[in-house]
Amino acid sequence: MRSLILAAGIVSLGQSALAETPVLSVLTYDSFVSEWGPGPAIEKAFEADCACDLQFVGAGDGAALLSRVRLEGAATEADVVLGLDTNLTAAAAATGLFAPHGQTPDLSLPVAWDDATFLPYDWGWFAFVHNRDFAAPASFEALAVSDARIVIQDPRSSTPGLGLLMWVKAAHGDRAGEVWAALADNIVTVTPGWSEAYGLFLEGEADMVLSYTTSPAYHLIAEEDDSKTAALFDEGHYMQVEVMGKLAGTDQPDLADRFLAFMLSDAAQEILPTTNWMYPAREPASGLPKGFETLIQPGTSLLLPAAEAEALRGAAIEEWRAALAR
Amino acid sequence: MLTLDGLEITLGDWTLRADWSLPTGVRCALIGPSGAGKSTLMLAVAGFVEPTRGRVIWQGQDLAGLSPGDRPVSILFQDQNLFPHLTVAENLGLGIAPNRRPTRAEQDRIAEVLDRVGLAGMGARKPAQLSGGQAGRAALARALLRQRPLLLLDEPFAALGPALRAEMLDLVAEVADETGATVLMVTHDPADARRLCDLTVFVDEGRAGPPADTAALFADPPLAVRAYLGL
Amino acid sequence: MARGAGALIPLAVAAVVGLVILASLAAVLGHGGAASVSAADWAAVRFTVGQAAVSAALSCVLAIPVARALTRRRFAGRQAIIALLGAPFLLPVITAVFGVVAIYGRSGVLNRAFEAVGLPAFSLYGPQGVVLAQVFLNMPLAVRMMLNGWAAIPAERLRLAGALGFGPGAVWRHLEKPMLATVLPGAALAIFVICLTSFAVALTLGGGPDATTVELSIYQAIRYEFDLPKAALLAAVQFGLCAAALALTWAATGAPGFGAGLDRAALPPAPRGWRRPGDALAVGLALVFVASPLVAVLGRGLWHLTDLPPQIWQAAGRSILIALPSGVLATAGALALALAPNRWAEGVAMLPLAASSLVIGTGLFLLLVPPFRPGALALPVTLAVNAALTLPFAYRALRPEALALRADYGRLTEALGIAGWARLRRIILPRLRRPLGFAMGVTVALSMGDLGVIALFADERSATLPLMVQRLMGAYRMDQAAAAALVLAGLGFSAFLAFDLWGRRNADA
Repeated sequence: MRSLILAAGIVSLGQSALAETPVLSVLTYDSFVSEWGPGPAIEKAFEADCACDLQFVGAGDGAALLSRVRLEGAATEADVVLGLDTNLTAAAAATGLFAPHGQTPDLSLPVAWDDATFLPYDWGWFAFVHNRDFAAPASFEALAVSDARIVIQDPRSSTPGLGLLMWVKAAHGDRAGEVWAALADNIVTVTPGWSEAYGLFLEGEADMVLSYTTSPAYHLIAEEDDSKTAALFDEGHYMQVEVMGKLAGTDQPDLADRFLAFMLSDAAQEILPTTNWMYPAREPASGLPKGFETLIQPGTSLLLPAAEAEALRGAAIEEWRAALAR
Repeated sequence: MLTLDGLEITLGDWTLRADWSLPTGVRCALIGPSGAGKSTLMLAVAGFVEPTRGRVIWQGQDLAGLSPGDRPVSILFQDQNLFPHLTVAENLGLGIAPNRRPTRAEQDRIAEVLDRVGLAGMGARKPAQLSGGQAGRAALARALLRQRPLLLLDEPFAALGPALRAEMLDLVAEVADETGATVLMVTHDPADARRLCDLTVFVDEGRAGPPADTAALFADPPLAVRAYLGL
Repeated sequence: MARGAGALIPLAVAAVVGLVILASLAAVLGHGGAASVSAADWAAVRFTVGQAAVSAALSCVLAIPVARALTRRRFAGRQAIIALLGAPFLLPVITAVFGVVAIYGRSGVLNRAFEAVGLPAFSLYGPQGVVLAQVFLNMPLAVRMMLNGWAAIPAERLRLAGALGFGPGAVWRHLEKPMLATVLPGAALAIFVICLTSFAVALTLGGGPDATTVELSIYQAIRYEFDLPKAALLAAVQFGLCAAALALTWAATGAPGFGAGLDRAALPPAPRGWRRPGDALAVGLALVFVASPLVAVLGRGLWHLTDLPPQIWQAAGRSILIALPSGVLATAGALALALAPNRWAEGVAMLPLAASSLVIGTGLFLLLVPPFRPGALALPVTLAVNAALTLPFAYRALRPEALALRADYGRLTEALGIAGWARLRRIILPRLRRPLGFAMGVTVALSMGDLGVIALFADERSATLPLMVQRLMGAYRMDQAAAAALVLAGLGFSAFLAFDLWGRRNADA
């Protein structure tokens, strides 16, 4: 074991010795870094003309990312954090660790964006995904009275789970508790993360699963399977906006600014839809990949302001828990 | 000389006292009723039981603080005298050098001793392949190799038949004569004591000893000994 | 038996284990802020204890007839069944859950069969599903622990029982019951604590927020609320529960009283009559129960093995690189503690079972970053934490036989002055070969499963196989994830089999 620690030490020494080219360290969630995520392609495209070394550091999911930022505090070696969503940005901003982005990109989000600290790089609508041959309900209320069976994620351990909580809250306000109580008998189970829920759905354990309107695009484009679609809800669909921010303590502020701008360039935005399976935050000149035109288009986009989402969270979780308790 | 100097062993509300000496080279039997403390006394000499008071002295040296392996003692228990996973030769090797493999010369010596106790050619066997008498011989052979001046026997042959037991006692006598060892033996049978031991210690009612001449003791036993012998 | 320098080794092991567990807990606790535990958290404590107690009791009770049948009957395939029993426990939890779902889920084999014959559907999701999955994961472990217990009854005692014409009732009273009295409490404790700290099973199959475990509350406290003292407090509650269970176990454990034997092989009496089909039924049911989800896992992953990207094999190499030294460390540490005569050693050895890997990971992060870079720590920290977290399993396997070794040969070893290295090499290793092989197999296999610490430290270059499974699932690639999980399970199981076989190959006969 000692030799392993030594080896690891030597490797890290070696890396810093080579660090004559500037290193930009981007802290992000694990699936962004993975071979199947956007990370590798983004890294290649950015390094092509930055004369730098872009290093992604994966840290669990979106919530783990924020807790990692808080753990490291001002001592962090990261220059940019990428992968928080609007349910977490208020808490992230409150740490005081982030610097304003100072950019005015031409975004194509369905809602206005005026956050001075965080910039979106992609977004999606939450939706219940189901097989095309299933007659899906068209609202939470219709879902509650139907005998459709759904799998959802726990808002205490998963960002989609928290998104669903905010969706119900944004759509039904004070009636959210009643809606949850009515939904209780439709819920097969609540999983700790998105993967378990989506896996259970694919195994046929539920009629619908909480995911994104863009999920069917994965099956269509990557697997040439058009059997999945998403249910369009009359209340509108809550959005997940994934954002990035520059850390105030960065030793590469210019490079960090360049990276933020790059993430909104056509080169990066073209990569995201078919690796992260989300909508690009600024639609590239080439448009959306073929297949995205088949996806449902919600009429209303719901999104609670970050501060409101933060303030609501504790009580909303309690309300959810109480409504689903037996 | 082995001296038990004001020795007291207390286990719970039970106490055993002994205060006597044994000349070097003699063979002494410990007899007495079950539970009187014969084995406990022996374990105290071997270093497995801490005396509450008093000292165990061998040739002027207080043995307190010496671990069992460092004491001038070889002990044969009632059973489990051989490790079942080691061969007989390997078990004997532990008597010469417990913490390393025996050298070539030592291996020859092991073969010699095996021959000496009547186990010639059985060095490669595992203890499970030995009869009770053979296992006793192997354990004695190891004591022979250890060359310790005190040989303690805690009824190691109790399970053997009278003829075999007599044979083993004769072997003990030979081994003791050869090594000049002082022998302390726990037994239930006066015949064993008479066969092997010049002296006998009677252990009863919390008291052991002092050693008495074996022949004289059994010729004219005191009252307690009479009761024990069923006379 | 342990004097001088030898006594220092268990102390040193205890110090290291205690340091990893308690220092990380202290670091999390000391991060600042006020801890408050809500009513919901106490509800989680109640649910956690309830499901763990039921799962542990059921696992142990069901294991008894299976272990007994496997002990007293000889039939073709017996060894294979015993080996198979090692598998569920070593599966990555999420893989095991999907295996259970494939059999008992809404569209699983069972419900399709029920539907075909017009029976009402069985609902997997709820407390019943949690217990079912926990029993699937842990009952085979209980069987393995009991098999070791039965094997520890010396042939001499069994022969005596035969000579006295003991019927099954007498064998139960005089041999099996006292043996179980020494083995059962420990097995139940281990399973109880495993169930206590697992949250993926409870949450995925629990059906709703009622099925919340303490571990999930800890997760929430660290990830969303960033209330580290609360997380530490909950972790301390978890320790408290574990300590209470340990105390109960101590009170309930019988002393081993079989004495030594000469390693002669002997079978316990195999009663005839209705007990024969009874034993066949016990083994048959256990086989179907254990094998069916495994077959589902195998069938799910097998077809996609060829689709796996090459990075999987690098990750597999990295996992082996972590698992082997971690297993050696855990087994060596457990051996030192198992040989220690003191009872506190047992407390220390069981401590890591109750630890929350999330709290340990977070605490170590606070302690070590800075000065170290997280990426540089990923492999060594994972290795060390895995060693600490798997140590209790090695300890449980080694402890009973270490006790027996001391009772049977402790005096002889001391009388001959066999000490130090020679004692280890010539007495301890050969005498404890069987449980040592089992312990190495279990710790290596479990260490391949990572236990969730690496995610906090890993960068793109140090992903292990379990992390790859997660990444594949996160990227919609459920089929490839199933195949990668199969590779992971296969590697873990092969390692387990290799070490376990090494241990059971009887070199002494």
